[in-house]
Amino acid sequence: MTTLTKAEPAPESRTAGSAPHRKRPREGSRLLGFLAWVIGILFVLPVLWMLLTSLHSESDAATNPPKLAAPLTLQGYREFFGASSGASPWPSLLNSLTASVISTLLVLALAIPAAYALSIRPVRKWTDVLFFFLSTKMLPVVAGLLPIYLFAQKVHLLDNIWLLIVLYTSMNLPIAVWMMRSFLAEVPVEMLEAASVDGAGLTRTLTQVVGPVVMPGIAATSLICFIFSWNELLFARVLTATVAQTAPVFLTGFVTSQGLFLAKVCAAALVVSLPVMIAGFAAQDKLVQGLSLGAVK
Amino acid sequence: MASVTFSKATRIYPSVPRPAVDALDLEIEDGEFLVLVGPSGCGKSTSLRMLAGLEEVDEGSILIGDRDVTNLKPKDRDIAMVFQNYALYPHMTVGDNMGFALKIAGNSKEEIGKRVAEAARILDLEQFLDRKPKALSGGQRQRVAMGRAIVRSPQVFLMDEPLSNLDAKLRVQTRTEIAALQRRLGVTTVYVTHDQVEAMTMGDRVAVLKDGILQQVDTPLRLYQQPVNVFVAAFIGSPGMNIGHFELDGEEAALGRARLRLSRATLDALREEGADRLVLGFRPEALEQVGADEPGAFPVQVSVIEELGSDAFLYGALTDIPGSSVDGSHIIARVDPSRPPAKGDVVHLRVRPGMQHIFSESTGRRLPD
Repeated sequence: MTTLTKAEPAPESRTAGSAPHRKRPREGSRLLGFLAWVIGILFVLPVLWMLLTSLHSESDAATNPPKLAAPLTLQGYREFFGASSGASPWPSLLNSLTASVISTLLVLALAIPAAYALSIRPVRKWTDVLFFFLSTKMLPVVAGLLPIYLFAQKVHLLDNIWLLIVLYTSMNLPIAVWMMRSFLAEVPVEMLEAASVDGAGLTRTLTQVVGPVVMPGIAATSLICFIFSWNELLFARVLTATVAQTAPVFLTGFVTSQGLFLAKVCAAALVVSLPVMIAGFAAQDKLVQGLSLGAVK
Repeated sequence: MASVTFSKATRIYPSVPRPAVDALDLEIEDGEFLVLVGPSGCGKSTSLRMLAGLEEVDEGSILIGDRDVTNLKPKDRDIAMVFQNYALYPHMTVGDNMGFALKIAGNSKEEIGKRVAEAARILDLEQFLDRKPKALSGGQRQRVAMGRAIVRSPQVFLMDEPLSNLDAKLRVQTRTEIAALQRRLGVTTVYVTHDQVEAMTMGDRVAVLKDGILQQVDTPLRLYQQPVNVFVAAFIGSPGMNIGHFELDGEEAALGRARLRLSRATLDALREEGADRLVLGFRPEALEQVGADEPGAFPVQVSVIEELGSDAFLYGALTDIPGSSVDGSHIIARVDPSRPPAKGDVVHLRVRPGMQHIFSESTGRRLPD
């Protein structure tokens, strides 16, 4: 058994600091890089402009062409948080958060077992099932609006945040099932077999083997569901009024008959986008990892 | 530790007419290293997976020791398996990978730590216990997979082509390490490979499968010397056996100028079959270079000479029968490595008496010499 004690050289570390040997970029790739920057800036420009406008006074914001060097002020933000009107955005932000978080959790709780049954232990006719999930997205959302409205009216759920939670859950479920299915399908069968030989039952296999491996996929899926729920406007606009009003609906309230207060609207838009941006940045690693899960094996 | 018994074990995949494993009867002794070998699709992996409990047994039964495990779950069979791609848990450290099964079995932390450390020492993985699998080389990962099996101290080790993802040099090295480790631990082992060299070098006995049917199970040497049929004869050995379809001419087998005297027993068997043709096999080392006038000598034109140092192999074609049927008229012979013939030469070869294998042309079965 002496041969077994032969130590192998450590593998070339691909993860630790050592930067890979890079060729000097050629002219072409430098041009492409430049182009990428230009396009990137073009995309971010409206957001930057919005940020700038939100920091201007209403009179500066209304000028055309815009004044770049106008004095900065937080007046727009103060207005948004109800300085003069007394209308606080907090209830609607809280409503959005409730609807998004709870519906995302519900979606995950339903989508992961469903995806498991469509990938790791595929049920009979799983392709049909998968197509059914997709087909629910084919009907234009607006076509379902009236029946849902009437139904909500009948069961007295109008202007109730739970109605939105149920709707968002069912809207996002197909996407989540599809996403989770593709992540779970990447889990090597042998790993599950190894777990079963090791003595792990279904629960343990799911929580201690499959779960950690597809965590990036779960993160990506939840982020997508969170964003879709947070940004949803149509149902929220039609089915809520004052109590269950969500942030996007609150935003539309700024389009008043007295005209547009640009600085205030920009400030509001930024504040409402903030949670999504923060979530996106926080999950960026996981998201990229998740969306490319299994691509590099 | 225990013996393993396959008793008419059969696996039929739905919507496939032929069974993947057809009434496999196989007894593996306690502590034995048995290799299942065969071309892809022969049912060797399926047999192993049936023993592991990862594949259903449609008919027949499988016993580990005296225990019928046919319908038991993998976890209740007291086996450990090494997978082809190792199937390590990527989110766990090497130590956790190896200790996972012990943890599930409810062992104490100290007990797990002790057994993992012991296995790591045997496999020289001590300095890697805190690493994740992705920070290991292929050979190290392979050893972790072995370690995961060892810590369990199971009744049977199952190995499904565990070396096929290693490079050639490491494969040869690890081959001997696994064989030595198995002998030291004395755990009954069933090992699947498609590589007959691996099978011959590692196994106490080797079982050759084809199309789900067990062809022969025997020691490596017996397989080499006494193959029961043409398939085993052609499959075992590297370079492979020369196999030719010969005419029966009086008391001799003839193919062009190649002639070989047949024994009484062979002739009787052929007469019983009513055959006037037979299949003759002779290994590369069964051929000797002789003068052109020797009886039974046949001319061969050399197309390639493979010089390995210790050996030299001649690849050539029979010149007297164009397109003849010695395996597409190709013939392989071991020649003196110190004086190999040159490419393009015509040399005369003869089968050394008594080193031929004779098979029935109709059934492929071995006939008495």
